[in-house]
Amino acid sequence: MHNKSVAELSRELESGKVSSVELAQQFLDRLKHEDGKYNSFITISEDHALAEAKHADEMRATGKATPWTGVPFAHKDIFCTNGVRTTCGSKMLENFVPPYDATVTEKFRQAGAVCLGKTNMDEFAMGSSTESSYFGATTNPWGLSSGEKRVPGGSSGGSAAAVAARLVPAATGTDTGGSIRQPAALCGITGLKPTYGRVSRYGMIAFASSLDQGGAMARSAEDAAMMLNVMAGFDPKDSTCIDRDVPDYTATLNEPLKGMKIGLPKEYFSEQLSAAMEEQVRNAIREYEKLGATVKEVSLPNAKLAIAAYYVIAPAEASANLSRFDGVRYGYRCDDPKDLMDMYTRTRAEGFGGEVKRRILVGTYALSAGYFDAYYLKAQKVRRLIQQDFINAFKEVDVLMSPVSPSPAFAQGEKNTDPVSMYLEDVFTIAINLAGIPAMSVPAGFVDGLPVGLQIIGDYFSEARLLNAAHQFQQVTDWHQRDPK
Amino acid sequence: MQWDIVIGLEIHVQLATQTKIFSGSSTAYGAEPNTQANAVDLAMPGMLPVPNENAFRYAVMFGLATNAEIGRRSMFERKNYFYPDLPKGYQTTQLAEPIVGPGYIDIDLANGDSKRVRIHHAHLEEDAGKSLHEDYHGMTGIDLNRAGTPLIEVVTEPDMNNAEEAVAFAKKLHSLVTSLGICDGDMSQGSMRFDVNISLKPKGSETLGTRTETKNLNSFRFMEQAIAHEVERQMDILEDGGRIVQETRLYNGDRDESRSMRTKEEANDYRYFPCPDLLPVVIDENFIEDARSRLPELPDARKARFVEQYQLSDYDARVLSGDARLATFFEETVAHGKDAKLAANWIQGEFSARLNAEEKAVADSPVSGAQLGALVVRIADNTVSSAGAKKVFEALWAGENTEVDAIIEAKGLKQVSDTGALEAMVDEVLASMPEQVEQYQSEDNPKKRKKMLGGFMGPLMKASKGQGNPKLFNEILLKKLEG
Repeated sequence: MHNKSVAELSRELESGKVSSVELAQQFLDRLKHEDGKYNSFITISEDHALAEAKHADEMRATGKATPWTGVPFAHKDIFCTNGVRTTCGSKMLENFVPPYDATVTEKFRQAGAVCLGKTNMDEFAMGSSTESSYFGATTNPWGLSSGEKRVPGGSSGGSAAAVAARLVPAATGTDTGGSIRQPAALCGITGLKPTYGRVSRYGMIAFASSLDQGGAMARSAEDAAMMLNVMAGFDPKDSTCIDRDVPDYTATLNEPLKGMKIGLPKEYFSEQLSAAMEEQVRNAIREYEKLGATVKEVSLPNAKLAIAAYYVIAPAEASANLSRFDGVRYGYRCDDPKDLMDMYTRTRAEGFGGEVKRRILVGTYALSAGYFDAYYLKAQKVRRLIQQDFINAFKEVDVLMSPVSPSPAFAQGEKNTDPVSMYLEDVFTIAINLAGIPAMSVPAGFVDGLPVGLQIIGDYFSEARLLNAAHQFQQVTDWHQRDPK
Repeated sequence: MQWDIVIGLEIHVQLATQTKIFSGSSTAYGAEPNTQANAVDLAMPGMLPVPNENAFRYAVMFGLATNAEIGRRSMFERKNYFYPDLPKGYQTTQLAEPIVGPGYIDIDLANGDSKRVRIHHAHLEEDAGKSLHEDYHGMTGIDLNRAGTPLIEVVTEPDMNNAEEAVAFAKKLHSLVTSLGICDGDMSQGSMRFDVNISLKPKGSETLGTRTETKNLNSFRFMEQAIAHEVERQMDILEDGGRIVQETRLYNGDRDESRSMRTKEEANDYRYFPCPDLLPVVIDENFIEDARSRLPELPDARKARFVEQYQLSDYDARVLSGDARLATFFEETVAHGKDAKLAANWIQGEFSARLNAEEKAVADSPVSGAQLGALVVRIADNTVSSAGAKKVFEALWAGENTEVDAIIEAKGLKQVSDTGALEAMVDEVLASMPEQVEQYQSEDNPKKRKKMLGGFMGPLMKASKGQGNPKLFNEILLKKLEG
């Protein structure tokens, strides 16, 4: 069962060959047995999962089943789950049990899906390797069989590793600067970051509010489409959520790609990309040509500024978003504070990890009197230029294609002492967040036995088109079905 | 040396919305601590603000009532600082693009002059919670019921030159926002709080002096005292050749003392930046016209109408029109009592004195306008004397009875105005006081005669068991004594 897709499990449940409770128990047993190797989960919520499975069976018995009813999956530990602790990968929230659901959590619950637990992540989603988690690093299933401990990417590395290892068929993720797409690429799964405002951020613990977007991580585009069908939609509790109809994302998966115009941003096929990686990406693009698409080179002249702008805007927003973790109302509080200032400083010094503190400092600096114009305002101007680059490109082509990451999964410990080399992991993904447009990562080959991702970037609200393009590719390739073993 | 005083005000006005500016929690005052704070107010992880449309409506109404430009596009920013009663670690407020642009309010001064005070802007923001330092055995309690209550902060230009003008502005603003119904105006509950910026400059000088800001004054009286105190403090320093330090000060009204809270160097760097959780707010023409249609009669228009409609003096009209609830009470009294001048006197006299003595708001008065009106009718038609009327008022206030006539009856306060009966009493009293009659008649000084006349009133009132109409007694006495 664990090798089946969401769509397949949904059919199994519908046919009555297996009950939700049986399925949940099978997945839980395997998860508890296997995850020691990966540390992809922070919390396995067995009791809640079985209760949800029981409820799913009742839904089915009363004719209220949806395609998700009884299907096991997992949430990144950034989505608040009523009654199940939600840590955001931080000591600060080690014992935090929210009394409410995120809108995304609520929607999966209403659909009858069975959440097995909460996946590991970089602390507060700040990282590209899932090594900054307070609950220990997650190990990529790829490379393990040859004894290598590689990172799964990040920050949604727990979700990516869990899906790659077949612990769950799908998991939610969030993407602020590549945090769905890069781990999807490094773990050989399919990831979708929707348009900013497509999925509610309510109950999703904020890192950088103007960039954060929840999305889908699964083994195929079809499963990602099924996830987005649940996740997308207007939410009055999130003022930045956009009120726009949600199509059935599975309905257009089989549209032919003939005549689709693909743009290749020349800035994304640069010296940062190894020849081996480039070859895999170009091979994938050739498959699209076989499917009837045309390819042309385009330019995103300001793309090179994306990392610099991102590392001003995201930390600036984070520095304010993380102020609420002050030890006053919930979460970690230092022992025996002497006075208020002592409580603040020690709570935050002890409760946050190094990367989080680094970004709070960077963000605080960028917003400080005398620096605001040179950093924050300038970065916002750059952001508008980057956005305009994409708008211009989409006047010429339907989608853009590029690599997701400059290299395949790297070894644990290789980059986590060098923040800049870690930040460069997101060189091809970050501009998409600054522009607010949707993008996917699709398995597209291997280098040295490690998965390589193809990035498909679309115009605002073109998720259906991206999923269609990814699905058609997955009909003629089998990269997404490879098993790390 | 002679000094010019320059005063600017920043006034926080709590908006009377049912729910908070960014959450659905109730804003009602006085609930058990932290019972009106939901996950958004507590800044729980993942919570997001959702703007309350009514707060915007009220701010726009304020802008229209102060002749201001309405910001068609306004923006919320985060003002970052750590404090236990500020759950998010930032206050959501407006800075670069406020909802209300430049406007003005005209104030009336005691000498009858009117003065225009310009408003720099007014912006929307959320209130913080409260830190409770008492009753926690050396610890601090946090009550977040108030956190997220919508405020408009009104920032004036430094157009006021003495405490009288500043207080007149504050009172006018109070009158305006309560008339608009956008603020309950209850100062004791912190519904309006004042920060006063004060500087001194040599008389006639064009250059402004260094200013100080005295924060968080919550009554007109404290504001007046704090200004007097701060002007004197600055004057002492300047006359001794010293320099004023730009700083924020706290004034203790009970002790008439102030102390420095922080200097400019110690001021926080608030690191304002646009709040990414809230989109820019676009106010369109329809919204503005809707707000305009909700504007009630404003104090200036009401005052003019009171002079015109009720022939009140300028002073009476100003006092009675200033507070919306008092104005309504007055009009209700007149509707039942007919005599506007008498109603005005009673409201400003007995009624206001009683409210003040018991620290009650007009809304909490046990006596209704209709009841006071009924009493005014009985005063005007001579049924009760003014002394008797006070007794009726007391009985109404105490809730002994709700009917004016029933009280007059029960307490035997009805005046005797039967001239024949009164004449008989006068004759009897004069006959029993021959010496005083003779003294009176031999006295040439009219003042002394008037005083001596009063000497007959006591026995007359006694003879009439307090029910004789004093005005008629007086007339009869004069007729009898001076023939």
